Amino acid sequence: MSAVIDSHHHDDHHHGPAKGFTRWLYTTNHKDIGSMYLWFSFTMFLLGGCMALVIRAELFEPGLQIVAPNFFNQMTTMHGLIMVFGAVMPAFVGLANWLIPMMVGAPDMALPRMNNWSFWILPFAFSLMVSTLFMEGGGPNFGWTFYAPLSTTYAPPSVTFFIFAVHMMGISSIMGAINVIATILNMRAPGMTMMKMPMFVWSWLITAFLLIAVMPVLAGVVTMMLTDIHFGTSFFKPEGGGDPVLFQHVFWFFGHPEVYIMILPAFGIVSQIIPTFSRKPLFGYASMVYATASIAVLSFLVWAHHMFTVGMPLAGELFFMYATMLIAVPTGVKVFNWVSTMFKGSLTFETPMLFSVAFVILFTIGGFSGLMLAMAPADFQYHDTYFVVAHFHYVLVPGAIFSIFAAAYYWLPKWTGYMYDETLGKLHFWLSFIGVNLTFFPMHFVGLAGMPRRIPDYALQFADFNMVASIGAFLFGTTQLLFLFIVLKCVKGGKRATASVWEGAEGLEWTIPSPAPYHTFATPPKVN
Amino acid sequence: MTVLSHLRRPRRLSLAIAAAVLGMVPLVASAEWTLNMREGVTEISHKVFDLHMLILWVCIAIGVVVFGVMFWSMFAYRKSRGAKASKFHESTTVEIIWTAIPFVILIGMAIPATGTLIEMYDTNDSEIDIKITGYQWKWRYDYLKEDFGYFSVMETHQDELYNRAEKGEHYLLDVDEPVVVPVGKKIRFLVTAADVIHSWWVPDIAVKRDAIPGYINESWTRIDTPGTYRGQCTELCGKDHGFMPVVVKAVEQAEYDEWVLAKQEKAKEEFELQSKEWTLAELTERGEAVYAKNCAGCHQANGQGLPPTFPSLVGQGLAVGAIEAHAEIVIKGSPGTSMPAFGGQLSDVDIAAVVTYERNAWGNDLGDMLEPKDVSGLK
Repeated sequence: MSAVIDSHHHDDHHHGPAKGFTRWLYTTNHKDIGSMYLWFSFTMFLLGGCMALVIRAELFEPGLQIVAPNFFNQMTTMHGLIMVFGAVMPAFVGLANWLIPMMVGAPDMALPRMNNWSFWILPFAFSLMVSTLFMEGGGPNFGWTFYAPLSTTYAPPSVTFFIFAVHMMGISSIMGAINVIATILNMRAPGMTMMKMPMFVWSWLITAFLLIAVMPVLAGVVTMMLTDIHFGTSFFKPEGGGDPVLFQHVFWFFGHPEVYIMILPAFGIVSQIIPTFSRKPLFGYASMVYATASIAVLSFLVWAHHMFTVGMPLAGELFFMYATMLIAVPTGVKVFNWVSTMFKGSLTFETPMLFSVAFVILFTIGGFSGLMLAMAPADFQYHDTYFVVAHFHYVLVPGAIFSIFAAAYYWLPKWTGYMYDETLGKLHFWLSFIGVNLTFFPMHFVGLAGMPRRIPDYALQFADFNMVASIGAFLFGTTQLLFLFIVLKCVKGGKRATASVWEGAEGLEWTIPSPAPYHTFATPPKVN
Repeated sequence: MTVLSHLRRPRRLSLAIAAAVLGMVPLVASAEWTLNMREGVTEISHKVFDLHMLILWVCIAIGVVVFGVMFWSMFAYRKSRGAKASKFHESTTVEIIWTAIPFVILIGMAIPATGTLIEMYDTNDSEIDIKITGYQWKWRYDYLKEDFGYFSVMETHQDELYNRAEKGEHYLLDVDEPVVVPVGKKIRFLVTAADVIHSWWVPDIAVKRDAIPGYINESWTRIDTPGTYRGQCTELCGKDHGFMPVVVKAVEQAEYDEWVLAKQEKAKEEFELQSKEWTLAELTERGEAVYAKNCAGCHQANGQGLPPTFPSLVGQGLAVGAIEAHAEIVIKGSPGTSMPAFGGQLSDVDIAAVVTYERNAWGNDLGDMLEPKDVSGLK
């Protein structure tokens, strides 16, 4: 957000930001790095979104009309990888950079130079990954879950570049997570005890521990792929005594905590926003913290619910079924707490609140389908169908991504010093809300009716709902250009924002002027 | 078949947009838009369906309560209606209650789910054993006790895929040879794969099992109603993942017995073809059919392939080189690439036929032929 550079800072530091490109290249400022993360993530969101639109265009009607099946598979794979690792995760890291120091009263992140490196790895990692699409044999075409041996023995040659890109993303994430933990544990202002921290900070602290725990597992699994492909090992090759199911166990031991990495910060965001616009403190703060921690712990014990059909022994199926069902309890607690926060409040519905309320409703719908998927016998019918696609898009798009929109609108006035255009913001919300539901709700129906996921063409009985979904996807996709316009407009100017911005806002970030000065809390504030 | 797919394209589009604009209500009203899981035709599939409906209704009930309170709050406690915010922010009693109630509901759902799962895992006392092997991109069915087997390949024509011909009723869901089973018998499926992971799924019998190379997974069914039941591969297995359907045909016992006899007879005939003297024309003719079924998916009907992954066979490479090397790659495959070893998939006659065809088609006119009796020496 370039408006941050204007010289409204009221502290007594001599140096402001440097000029030109080197400002961004060399910066160690958490606000600059946060902005870069957010812009990067939005770029990836549009790129991954374009790939989704290629998919939806091909699936608009039965038959093969726009892309060949192999390219279709590259699109589904790259869409998933880019959205997970390029859009959602960096967006949350960007928000963490911007907000955590301001929320705990710290002058910057604990390890600013490493922070710079965490970010600058990403453009290179993703350029490398996207460049595989132009290589001989094409890019990754084995799904974002890259199950071996399709991703090893049967993969296109570019898979090696994919592996290297994943290693780079992993390093970036681990460094980002170390930074978050170091900042939160060491740099809180006097009086900011752990149980006084804003929920966003809590949820990120827990997320960071998840990241440190599982990103090395992802690095391990891709390294095993690498040695299988190039160095003659047989981790996943049955003909050499290896085990393709081992891949899935290791992958999902990373993969399931990973999905909570993408939703816990979202919980934190809506736990900040709903109290503000309800003008009432968050209901059950302590139980929110404990629920988030429980979800994080349980996330390590449920990975094989992604694998109910691989033929695990009965005892294994039962264990993972029960453990998965248990997650509904702390998740339910969170939803009940949000609803209770709204109950008997004094509610207004500015854009951040609209996105947060939609988050609670639509995430809960995604949670319901998740509970259904947890039932192993029923999962045999749902597994790898569009029902699953509907489920995880409900928790990721109107879940994670709506929370990111909510956060952007909520803190944009603090970042830029100007209010965004409320009318356009609401328009963005309603178009997104309609688009998301048109796209993903019909997927429940085609999934139950028997449409497998990741297919470039489908039987005729699925045609009608697929057409509806494609129309919804184009509506949702084009609407995001409106978001870009709203943000740019807000960066350029508009109504001046006050320090507290929102009537009901609480927290340290609302005590500093808007826009937030380049350096904040050089002297720690006192928290009572 | 849906109503809409009979309509001309612009009409369908406008209908779909209308439906999209009006939201989901009109869709629900139309019976042609399938909304729910299929109940299926086995005891297990009915139990799974009941379980699905139970969880669905539980979720809907919870949703009505939670969203009810939420919408009430959004309606009644608006600042614009003069609502003043209360200050309460915790209640241990309430929190214990809403931790305990979901827990009890979950136990209520876990009990029937466990029962059904235990039944699904009981593969004992089967009367017919069928080994199912997933290949890129077809299924092989081996009847273990009856001692015969065959491949099952999608029959939908390329012209239908590429919109050059009207799509048939069972578009993408038709195979040349279905799995035939008798009604009322317990059938055990032994599921595995030869290359990558596939997944064998027939919704109407609620059987979905991953086909994993190096593993043999078990599942079973007992179908009560004769009929044809269709499904698809559900694990991404490469470019033609969407084009390897499963068709199960359940028939009366007498019809099944007849079918088994005919299959066994045919297997014997195939075996005898081995020692027959073949002419170039006969082999080429047979080879064309073998090629279309096994090779055209990658190397394409015109032999041009899709380079670099699937090389062209026209005027270059092994297809016009030494005949032994050509036969060898067909038999043993090319490790590390997508070229599978057909030695275990095709009979000696078919291997000889397809090699001969490739050497004499698309202007490759080499004029030489591979005799079926020479194939076994190369294996």
